[in-house]
Amino acid sequence: MNQEDRAEYRRELRSYIIGLIAALVLTAASFATVHWRLFSAPTGILIAIYLLALVQIIAHFRYFLHIDLRKSARDDLQLILFSTMIVLLMVGGTLIVLFNLKSRMF
Amino acid sequence: MSTRELKHAGLNLQQTDPKTHEEAESRVFGFWVFLMSDAVLFALLFATYGVMLSGTAGGPGTQNVYEMKSAFIETLLLLSSSFTFGMASLAMKYEGKASRISVWLAVTLILGLGFLGMEMHDFVKMIGEGATPERSGFLSSFFALVSTHGLHVLGGSIWIVVMLVQLSVFGVTPAVKTRILRLGLFWHFLDIIWVGIFTIVYLQGLTP
Amino acid sequence: MSAPAHGFWHILLGRMTWDSLAFVRAWHDPTVSEIIGSCAAALVVIGAVALFAALTYYRAWRPLWKNWVVSVDHKKIGIMYMVLAGVMLTRALIEAVLMRLQQADAVNKPGFLAPDHFGQLFSTHGTIMIFFVAMPLLTGLINFVMPMQIGARDVSFPTMNSISLGLTTAGAILIMISLVLGKFSTGGWSGYPPYTEMSYNPGEGPDYWIWAVTLSSIGTTMTGINFAVTIYKERTQGMHLMRMPLFTWTALCTSILMIFAMPPLTVATAMLALDRYLGFHFFTNGMGGNLMNYANLFWLFGHPEVYILILPAFGVYSEVFSTFSAKKLYGYTSLVIATMAIAVLSFTVWLHHFFTMGQNANINAFFGIATMTIGIPTGVKIYDWMWTMFRGRVRFSVPMLFSLAFLITFVVGGVTGILLATPPIDFMVHNTVFLVAHFHNMLIPGLLYGMIAGYQYWFPKAFGFRLNERWGRLSFLCWVLGFYLAFMPLYVLGADGMPRRSQELFHSSYLPWLIVAGIGGLVLLAALLTLFIQLWVSIRERDANRVPIGDPWDGRGLEWSMAAPPPEYNFHVLPKVTGRDAFTHRKEQGEAYQPAAEYQDIELPRDNASGAVIGLGGLAAAFGLVWHIWWLAILGVLIMWGMVIFRSFITETHQIIPADEVERQHRAFLKEVSETRAVDRDYEMTPQNRGLAEADT
Repeated sequence: MNQEDRAEYRRELRSYIIGLIAALVLTAASFATVHWRLFSAPTGILIAIYLLALVQIIAHFRYFLHIDLRKSARDDLQLILFSTMIVLLMVGGTLIVLFNLKSRMF
Repeated sequence: MSTRELKHAGLNLQQTDPKTHEEAESRVFGFWVFLMSDAVLFALLFATYGVMLSGTAGGPGTQNVYEMKSAFIETLLLLSSSFTFGMASLAMKYEGKASRISVWLAVTLILGLGFLGMEMHDFVKMIGEGATPERSGFLSSFFALVSTHGLHVLGGSIWIVVMLVQLSVFGVTPAVKTRILRLGLFWHFLDIIWVGIFTIVYLQGLTP
Repeated sequence: MSAPAHGFWHILLGRMTWDSLAFVRAWHDPTVSEIIGSCAAALVVIGAVALFAALTYYRAWRPLWKNWVVSVDHKKIGIMYMVLAGVMLTRALIEAVLMRLQQADAVNKPGFLAPDHFGQLFSTHGTIMIFFVAMPLLTGLINFVMPMQIGARDVSFPTMNSISLGLTTAGAILIMISLVLGKFSTGGWSGYPPYTEMSYNPGEGPDYWIWAVTLSSIGTTMTGINFAVTIYKERTQGMHLMRMPLFTWTALCTSILMIFAMPPLTVATAMLALDRYLGFHFFTNGMGGNLMNYANLFWLFGHPEVYILILPAFGVYSEVFSTFSAKKLYGYTSLVIATMAIAVLSFTVWLHHFFTMGQNANINAFFGIATMTIGIPTGVKIYDWMWTMFRGRVRFSVPMLFSLAFLITFVVGGVTGILLATPPIDFMVHNTVFLVAHFHNMLIPGLLYGMIAGYQYWFPKAFGFRLNERWGRLSFLCWVLGFYLAFMPLYVLGADGMPRRSQELFHSSYLPWLIVAGIGGLVLLAALLTLFIQLWVSIRERDANRVPIGDPWDGRGLEWSMAAPPPEYNFHVLPKVTGRDAFTHRKEQGEAYQPAAEYQDIELPRDNASGAVIGLGGLAAAFGLVWHIWWLAILGVLIMWGMVIFRSFITETHQIIPADEVERQHRAFLKEVSETRAVDRDYEMTPQNRGLAEADT
């Protein structure tokens, strides 16, 4: 390995270690929130774990899959953003439509 | 196109000709597209799970069947396997020695199999308690979602075995490299799906 | 029914019995309906035997295997898709005619088809038309044309391309087998539970449907990935996105839709399979099942699917209007934006397929408005095409005729679509033949005419000779006349309340309209027949109509720049592109037929049998699952994955065509060009057209 490679290697290693630590901390926080009921209202707990999961997913994309807004190959990023939109449309639509139906059936 | 640097972790094909480089780029991009298609599949399994959560038909509900401890251990196994795969990618990119890559892949494989073992144990326990997929719509959707992820992990594990064999047969060739690279994307992707599962299935289900 | 077999035979043959054979059923119960069924079965068997015998007699097995089955050449794969579509179209169209005749016959009497048989007919008709006619047609056309249009030698993943074809063919064969062995589903092409659940339909019918559709949807997902990556990564130098021909643009949007819209179908059919095979409760009545989620998942796929089908036809029309008006496409940018807008909007309207499910009025209103919004980009396109013709040198060739018929007919269908998008109107006419008329009014001009136009337009490129014009026009006349006769009456009948999928009818006032529709069905059958006759006649007189230089229509895209049929490597050197209509530009500069400064070795993917083996494995797995022959199902899955792993151990995946050989072939082509007389557009449809276009003055 030459000098440049070595620096690059350290940078990437650091990225994986940050990723691991972030993942562990966020996971632990999620489980702790539910286990020790850190919020009195269930809604509070749910919002907390959803947010933690969202942050963790972003961390995984950033540190394990090496996707970020500036450096990633543009095609990959466009693809992921478009997919996110489709997923939101499909999942959101499904939940809205079927819960609405359910509320009217009982 | 061919001279542009590849922005993917673990890919180091500098010694090869531009044609190989271009092919690798297509393959990696194609695999990303497949992952996104797969993500839609999981998203719909999640949505179905959300819709069927209340369809317990008088049978066991989330509080009765989920266990926080095993979900936590499974999570730790999968998270560390993502890290060890990262180490395999680094070894491939900077050292290029088949032995180092194989060791890290083997560690990842063991962690993955450990995860699968834990999951099987959970399933067997649930089924023993009468929480079978035939019992209710809710349990159907649970088993479909979680075992689809499990099947993906199983597929990934078989893929690791194939790559271990290829590393010993071919060594660290460009073809083997791009395959390990794609396997890595797959493995990290499954980790992301699991974040959704432990949050939406286990933790949400155990929230009082 | 004879008792199910036990022991060894049960393990070997699953739940198959003698009664599963259509012939045995007809023997026991010789009604007209069963006899028609066994005639169809006999046709499949005789067809298979005749094909087998012919291949053996003409010693064609080896060439068939070597030149076609194992080929990974995108052009050959495209042609094979088209052939598959042609075979399946013939079956599904005959089924349609049978249904039309049955309804014309069955006013106040039972008619000649039994209800169960009628149910199978409309289920196979729909399933085949969507998954094994429409999809193979457009996949075949994109496969053949798109790589040449972007200046590529092949798609990104040629072997995967062959695997997609293998899986699609396996699905089609499975449906053909269902004619001979057992019965197909009676649950319609959408297979709604709980009717298709085990408790109502314990037979093999819905399983045939599930696995045929699953094979096709997996193949289609891979096709989508393949095309999208090809268009993103394999474009030649200078072929920016905004310089791509419009057909390639629609191919891109269609493949994006395939990538994201097929998973919902896979999920829906997989869940239905889990319900049926393992007793899950996704869509059952009771036990916490939610049958409306099936409708939701199915149409999350089903609506984008409509645009998967229609967009490539829009692409064909864009090419045809521009070429046969000898003008550049009017409003290129607006057409691109409209195409993308349609692609995205198509994900926001799925609920209009179940307005009557019971959600509240606001949700219906939202989806109704979203649906109408799609009319806007589509309208933009219609105007763009009309402006393309404006002051152009319009030639009424067969593709152009189909395009013109599309323009008018499609607008009529669109207007009825706006009607249906209004929830209160939808409540009145849902589940009537009004809907049947509407979607045939969209798909026949919006897909079939486009595919026929594309077939007529690119046929000379693929085979090196033009198709017969006179038979083409006759066919055009039949397709258009047949469509109007067969489907306009259905609007009337639908508005009058005639339910769709009815085997027997009880209103005498329906009769005249049904007779007209029945005649329309026969005319459509004649249309298909004339298409085959056209092909037959054209092959016979091919020597008079050869266009070896490969540019019979004064085309504008790169696909016209090479010989017809094209060499397997497409381009002797990869072209550099400086603008839209790349080939027209080169012709204007007088650079169209020049030797290259330097010829290089060309690397091509090596033919391999992965596609055939995996297709066979898929067929075995699906057949085993349908009949509960578990050993066969497991064997099939092992063959598929075993082949994938085996393939990854093969390192020799490419072959080299040496530069000398490329140069020799190209110089021979250039020599032929110099000996050929260029023709003016007035002689386009005469034998003088050898595929070299005279420069426009």
